[in-house]
Amino acid sequence: MEVHRHLDEELDALRATVLRLGGEAEAALVRAMHALTERDTAAAREVLEHDDDIDQLEVEVDRQCVDIFALRQPAARDLRFVMSVAKMAPVLERIADHACNIARAAVDLNTEPELKDHSRLRQMGRIASSMLGGALDAFTKNDAMAAREVIKRDVEINDLYNQIFHDLIEMMAKEPATATRDARLLFVAKHLERIGDYVTDICELTVYMAEAAIIKHMH
Amino acid sequence: MSTPTPTLTTRFVVPHHGTLPARATKIAVAGLSFYYGRAQALQNISLEIPERMVMAFIGPSGCGKTTFLRTLNRMNDVIPGTRVEGNVSIDGQDIYAPGADVVELRRKVGMVFQKSNPFPKSIFDNVAYGLKINRITSGKSELEGRVEEALKDAALWSEVKDRLKSSALGLSGGQQQRLCIARALAIRPEVILMDEPASALDPIATSKIEELIVDLKKQYTIVIVTHNMQQAARVSDLTAFFLLGKLIEVNSTEKVFTAPDEKLTEDYITGRFG
Amino acid sequence: MTTLTALCTFVAVGILVIILSYIAMSGISALSLRFLVDTPRPVGEGGGIGNAIVGSALLLLLSCVVGLPLGIATGVYLSEFGGGVFASVVRFLVDTLTGIPSIVTGVFVYALVVLRMSHFSAFAGGIALALIMIPIVARTTEEMIKLVPHSLREGALALGAPQWRVTMGVVIPAAASGIATGAMLAIARVSGETAPLLFTAFGSRFFPRNLNEPIASLTVQIYNYAISPYDEWHAQAWAATLVLMTLILSINLVVRFLTRKKF
Repeated sequence: MEVHRHLDEELDALRATVLRLGGEAEAALVRAMHALTERDTAAAREVLEHDDDIDQLEVEVDRQCVDIFALRQPAARDLRFVMSVAKMAPVLERIADHACNIARAAVDLNTEPELKDHSRLRQMGRIASSMLGGALDAFTKNDAMAAREVIKRDVEINDLYNQIFHDLIEMMAKEPATATRDARLLFVAKHLERIGDYVTDICELTVYMAEAAIIKHMH
Repeated sequence: MSTPTPTLTTRFVVPHHGTLPARATKIAVAGLSFYYGRAQALQNISLEIPERMVMAFIGPSGCGKTTFLRTLNRMNDVIPGTRVEGNVSIDGQDIYAPGADVVELRRKVGMVFQKSNPFPKSIFDNVAYGLKINRITSGKSELEGRVEEALKDAALWSEVKDRLKSSALGLSGGQQQRLCIARALAIRPEVILMDEPASALDPIATSKIEELIVDLKKQYTIVIVTHNMQQAARVSDLTAFFLLGKLIEVNSTEKVFTAPDEKLTEDYITGRFG
Repeated sequence: MTTLTALCTFVAVGILVIILSYIAMSGISALSLRFLVDTPRPVGEGGGIGNAIVGSALLLLLSCVVGLPLGIATGVYLSEFGGGVFASVVRFLVDTLTGIPSIVTGVFVYALVVLRMSHFSAFAGGIALALIMIPIVARTTEEMIKLVPHSLREGALALGAPQWRVTMGVVIPAAASGIATGAMLAIARVSGETAPLLFTAFGSRFFPRNLNEPIASLTVQIYNYAISPYDEWHAQAWAATLVLMTLILSINLVVRFLTRKKF
């Protein structure tokens, strides 16, 4: 006997808000990587301008969660859903922050002559945004298995990061003149690696929401 | 320290805490069916209630939780035309066995009702009633001592100690209910059954009763019927969900309210059906 | 609507006031201390209703002693065990008995007691009044006990009280004031009975010596004086009526006081 409840409307509204936040974070990441690899400074500035909106969305999610907790006393799956969303929002906001940092690095790097082959960095970026998209998808569908699959891909990002790290350190030793540039690229790689970790957090929250299993710190 | 042998309660998982502490079974119900004339109110209920814990019975109106509660102290006997099938044992003894002593059962298993029902006597006489009719005390000072102890256990002593001889009906609703609890405690039962004890009380009186329940479980086995799910969440260690005369699920309260096993339970708790 | 009901109330109360004042005015002249303590004397010599007052009191006492316990017990039986066929029969009989004209009761007791004993007596009078009292007390007791909330009974049962204890120790005390009211109604009713006493207690001109003899009563005395041809005795009848009304009023007040709500 399904009964239409006001709580259902509020939960739907909350889901919509957090998915908008997720969408904005995903777009920011893609745009920031595009700014870097295609040397598109305008795109980078767009990312930086949008960041305030993303912050506001996070605040909005916070407010909605507190209201639901205070006024509706959600239980069981509703409780787990609201808990997960409340913890997911700041993670998405931080992903967007890292995207901003990548955008800033792009602005600086684009003022200097094009360097070299960004293929690994590009690949990292693709995996990161694909992971983020997959995580948001799994969250929408309440799919714990899909979330676990996304988590597995974090290894790829970490491996790529290690490779880039070694390469760039070598480069910096060999050609001190371009050291600043190399350092900036290294930071971009670091941001992407952190984004990979954050997406893993989002997937863990999705698993908790769907199965009531806490898999944090277990892999 | 050796791990305790798995008892009834260690089967119940408390999410992220392990299991409930080990406790022996106080009341064992097996295959209990109950009939009002030809209408079947309870269907094949099997349940074990551990000692010195609080178990809450929840479920929508008419699900049989109060009927079930009343089978535990045979209060349904006073209703004509009722029939019991199956087994209810307390401390291993079948309480429906022919020749079972109902009076002794009700000494062991006390009851607090939904609407407080103090006798139209003084506060003292109310609490002393059970002691007098069961001839538990010998002598005035022992009686007075037991009455004081019961009133203290029910967190009412300080409010009434100067007017023990005044009428019980002059107390507020919350005080009357605590008086009824004191009256039940005076004869030192082992189990206390509570049928929606706070449903007629305001929030402050309700929270006093709930605090009391959490205190009492150190000594008594408590079973509480409640239609208020938050109350079940606040006071109980175990929760049993009933629907249309059937027991749907029994689990630790944490589990029931965060991740119940049965979809029906979850639907009820999240308000997805009335 | 309010004025209409108020009007009706005034009329009803007014009639009562008129009756009482008429009695008072008519009887006050013959009232004196002498009147209250003296026995009846031939016309012209004064006399009083002393023995009648004592006789009425004794008859009431007798009927209470016999009638109240039986009536209350019947009422308790009907309410606590009133489910079965037997109880329904009892209830029907009791209801029928309330409707029997009191003169019939008097004749019945005459046949059963007075003829057996071959003389009138206070006993017979008391029994006749008791027979009138029992059905009234039984029904009101049953109703009052039924009014005791079921939750009170359950509270006592849950403490391990057997059924009889619940009835005696909780239910009856809780219904006590209601039962007393019912008893008072019955007493007030029988204190005004005349017809049955004519056949049982008969009447007397002397103070009662023992209960095995005919005995005077206010009602019979009033009857005798009223149907006499003498004005003096008519006056005495009015005075006796005033005394009877005062006694009934006093009984009412006393019982109300004794059964005031303490709990």
